[in-house]
Amino acid sequence: MMGQSKKMPDFITLFTMSSVKKTFVTFVFSAFLIVKIFANHAVSEVEMASGHPESTHETSHSHDKTDKYDPGKMIMDHVTDAHDWHLWGEGHKAVSISLPVILYVKSKGLICFSSVHFQHGHAAYEGFQLNDKGTVVWEDQKNTEAIYDISITKNVLAMMLAVFALMIITIGMARSYKKRQGKAPKGFHNLVEPLVLFIRDDVARASIGHKADKYLPMLLSIFFFIFVNNIFGLIPIFPGGANVTGNIAVTMVLAVIVFLTVNLQANKYYWKHIFLPDVPVWMYVIIIPIEVLGVVLKPFVLMLRLFANITAGHIIILGFFSLIFIFGAMKPGLGFAVSPLSVAFTVFMSLLELLVAFLQAFVFTLLTAIYIGSAIEEHHH
Amino acid sequence: MSLMNTLLQAAVDNSAAAYSKMGAAIGAGLAAIGAGLGIGKIGGSAMESIARQPESLGDIRANMIVAAALVEGAVFFAIVVCLLILFL
Repeated sequence: MMGQSKKMPDFITLFTMSSVKKTFVTFVFSAFLIVKIFANHAVSEVEMASGHPESTHETSHSHDKTDKYDPGKMIMDHVTDAHDWHLWGEGHKAVSISLPVILYVKSKGLICFSSVHFQHGHAAYEGFQLNDKGTVVWEDQKNTEAIYDISITKNVLAMMLAVFALMIITIGMARSYKKRQGKAPKGFHNLVEPLVLFIRDDVARASIGHKADKYLPMLLSIFFFIFVNNIFGLIPIFPGGANVTGNIAVTMVLAVIVFLTVNLQANKYYWKHIFLPDVPVWMYVIIIPIEVLGVVLKPFVLMLRLFANITAGHIIILGFFSLIFIFGAMKPGLGFAVSPLSVAFTVFMSLLELLVAFLQAFVFTLLTAIYIGSAIEEHHH
Repeated sequence: MSLMNTLLQAAVDNSAAAYSKMGAAIGAGLAAIGAGLGIGKIGGSAMESIARQPESLGDIRANMIVAAALVEGAVFFAIVVCLLILFL
């Protein structure tokens, strides 16, 4: 260990490329990204300057020149999904990555284009435009055909990035464990190993019993997916900063997965406890509706708990930051004066949010394990 | 009481939907009270039981966190309803 020279960290040995090739690929990818950002910026500027050549008369003119700072709008922009990933800048000088818009309409088929043509909601393109909530709607208000929006939005891209990071970590860990049989893990894996063992011993095996190892991949996936996405949501700049687990659609899918797993893996004692519980017959009228409701309600509450915790935390942090700009709009000096206080509060809230990020992932996984455990429990009498 | 009347009057003068916003704000405050009471009780009984038996610290801490998260789940349900009133 002592004599070893400083090598590449293990989780990058996932890629069997040489280090020169890796650097080259990273450089090309970053150059592409940077060029794309500034190209979008230039396209938007040109289209703005030449009077919206691609737009028609139905553009929304909510872009007044009022300097009034709107904290509600800023918070909503940061917490909700969007078709472009805004990096920095305001108004005309905003720099953002325009993400692809992929729509399916029965009469036209699959339609793909870059969201730069929407110019942040000020222009229409090919008969579509963004309404003020950011959803893609028909430009012609009378058209009621359904638009199936399967675009790569900010949350989708953020999820892909988080999953990519997770794949590097976990696949790298699996290889490193195979290579270092019987030895202690090295480096970053020392951080991940206690988490995995914690979920295995104190969550899965404690709640499910001896059949826990069958459900361990699912429980670990849920835990690390939620945890990594929560953490990425707290980072303020590019790969982070998208509110993925605070998107109710994402948490709904996780809850549906839990619902399907619990009910498809349940044995007959689970259903017996719901439909023919061990109580006097006259209580069936009360107990059975409650139990049946509980089957649906438990995953629903899982979804709501995660969504509300993460979104509320982000809104609080953004609210504290907004204080600076609200005071700054009243008097320039006040903004500077309140900023140490605001930053202190934000740091405190961010630390709390770190705790919440881990805690919510843990609670989701623990409750899933408990529900699975109650579903596959053997009859004890 | 007259202060409440003044506030309501000011709210309604601005827009008729102000009543619902005020209701949402009061609801959120009540939800926070509920959270404080619930988690305070959990924390209090956890402290007492740790004082009685210090070696069960780890078990009690884990269960306290779980119970607190479950109570918060109910509170966040109320918060989400208030947010829906405000934004829908």
